[in-house]
Amino acid sequence: MVEFQEKCRVASIDQMASDVYRLTVHAPLIAAAAHPGQFVMVRVADRYDPLLRRPFSIHQQSSGGTLGLLFKTIGKGTNILAAVTVGDSLDLIGPLGRGFDLERERPVCIIGGGMGIAPLCFLARQLLLSDRQPEMDHVLLGARNREELSPLVDDFIDLGYPVQTATDDGSMGQHGYIPDLLDAVLPAVSRVYTCGPHPMMKIIVEKCRQADVSCQVSLETHMACGLGACLGCTVPGADGKYVHVCRQGPVFYGGEVAW
Amino acid sequence: MVAASDTKELQVRIGSLTLRNPVMTASGTFGYGREFSNLVNLHRLGGIVVKGISLLPRPGNPPPRIVETACGMLNAIGLENVGVERFITEKMSFLKGLDTPVIVNILGDSVEEYGEIAHRLDGVEGISGLEVNISCPNVKKGGVAFGTVPEMAATVTGAVRQATRLPIIIKLSPNVTDIVLMARAVEEAGADGISLINTLIGMAIDTKTRKPRLANVIGGLSGPAIKPVALRMVWQVASAVSIPVIGIGGITTVDDAMEFLLAGATAIQVGTANFYEPSAPEQIIQGMKEYLHQQGEHCIRDIIGTLQTGI
Ligand SMILES: Cc1cc2nc3c(=O)[nH]c(=O)nc-3n(C[C@H](O)[C@H](O)[C@H](O)COP(=O)(O)OP(=O)(O)OC[C@H]3O[C@@H](n4cnc5c(N)ncnc54)[C@H](O)[C@@H]3O)c2cc1C
Ligand SMILES: Cc1cc2nc3c(=O)[nH]c(=O)nc-3n(C[C@H](O)[C@H](O)[C@H](O)COP(=O)(O)O)c2cc1C
Ligand code: FES
Repeated sequence: MVEFQEKCRVASIDQMASDVYRLTVHAPLIAAAAHPGQFVMVRVADRYDPLLRRPFSIHQQSSGGTLGLLFKTIGKGTNILAAVTVGDSLDLIGPLGRGFDLERERPVCIIGGGMGIAPLCFLARQLLLSDRQPEMDHVLLGARNREELSPLVDDFIDLGYPVQTATDDGSMGQHGYIPDLLDAVLPAVSRVYTCGPHPMMKIIVEKCRQADVSCQVSLETHMACGLGACLGCTVPGADGKYVHVCRQGPVFYGGEVAW
Repeated sequence: MVAASDTKELQVRIGSLTLRNPVMTASGTFGYGREFSNLVNLHRLGGIVVKGISLLPRPGNPPPRIVETACGMLNAIGLENVGVERFITEKMSFLKGLDTPVIVNILGDSVEEYGEIAHRLDGVEGISGLEVNISCPNVKKGGVAFGTVPEMAATVTGAVRQATRLPIIIKLSPNVTDIVLMARAVEEAGADGISLINTLIGMAIDTKTRKPRLANVIGGLSGPAIKPVALRMVWQVASAVSIPVIGIGGITTVDDAMEFLLAGATAIQVGTANFYEPSAPEQIIQGMKEYLHQQGEHCIRDIIGTLQTGI
């Protein structure tokens, strides 16, 4: 694993929904090394409060050296980040952690909930590099409402993936829960990729286990370093030992962690 | 591999250990060195203090283990580590290839455990010194931390002293009424140096859920928030002992580091800052040279303890 610390110029910041932003920065070293599922640690401001860097999945990456992040404002750090303007400089460390293993040929199912959709956009794009037919794949996306979901759905449709949706309020697609859509799809796929709320991933992992389909999940924990040094980012592993999300993950096979 | 720009102007000594500059990385904030090897030029550092090692591997505490607080963070890692044997076989191969002194931080549940680890590490290639974390509970004495009772701190120091020829640095806990008593006790028991401070015990609560933010309920506070407390303790200790003192606590910039040196520290360790600014140690080293130049001094040793307390 090779990571870089880069001072990155903000190339764009777009408000996608009332509390969702897409940020692109110029980060040629990180972008060139990035693999889907990996993340970056962002120093949102050069000050002591907030003190720690914030982890964000790599949402987009271009050969031109830009890196896209998709984030929701939830607290101090993300609100500061939402206020950056084009030309500002941000300090990033990345790419970090273990990402998704790319399935080259057989059909896959990509399942994202809320901001968990962020890393899956990069994944969906990279999967196309091996010349596959995205029409054979399945993409199931869920969020609170249409406002939040719609722009993200477009990203997958533009790549040629068929997309099924669900929203909490029924304003787009099914009214309800994404895992409900999975049962019909599971027999047709050889691998599931998912990122989203923990309860959703838990159900998906269990369904995949029963159907004997390989499943990769991306986990979130509080992180101080992102580098495997602080040992703060642990979750219980399947064997009862702790695993460190920043180095052994954030992407795990469903069977590697305790649910 | 020695950075060419490093001349003797920044060199300092802790007992028989010579550091090319006074800037080390603090235990538990720099892993086993390798974690930062892509981001930091490890060869420029004055020293690397590795994550605390116990005799047997420890799993550590349940999550959540860390929480950010105003200008600081709380941690309750629970001293997770690979144990002394795996440390030697898995971690030392990388560390011994470095041209930078490696100081192994050790911890134990009993005086005997401290002695045994120190003995096991004696003579291992690539280790330049031991730092003894005495902020751990003494299981045989009802869980009272070794570092809070002068006699217990002295006994641990003596046991480690007996077990090794390596220079030993005793790392003090700030969670005591009189830090100077502790410092004097370990100096008399044979310490070559004293490092301080370890984290201050603190707590944070999520008012929505009414739960503690750390699974362990309490944890150690570190970062810029603790710097004034650390600086005060370093000043008190440096004024009271004649062995070298290593200042730790919230150090991020060269100005922070120089405050500690002026207060009497011979060297400093950068801790939490490695997380938010991995280049902090290298920036401090560079900044020290500039500081010397600005102050018209020739070597860093001429700065140590030169605090002007008169009005
Ligand atoms: C590997 C990884 C990838 C992530 N990717 C994304 C992404 O693509 N888009 C997105 O919107 N969010 C993502 N998150 C979550 C994001 O890191 C948090 O929303 C963010 O740190 C909140 O910071 P804050 O200061 O606004 O919130 P505060 O609540 O003020 O933060 C306080 C502390 O808690 C931590 N924290 C709070 N919530 C989370 C959380 N859910 N996960 C981890 N740490 C948290 C913060 O980092 C900080 O240390 C990811 C988290 C991880 C671990
Ligand atoms: C996550 C974390 C883990 C730590 N682990 C250890 C440890 O294993 N042994 C030890 O002696 N000190 C440990 N410390 C304490 C630091 O070495 C240092 O004394 C303290 O954090 C104060 O310095 P700082 O404010 O620069 O971080 C740890 C600190 C942190 C934040
Ligand atoms: S975040 Fe520090 S070890 Fe994972």
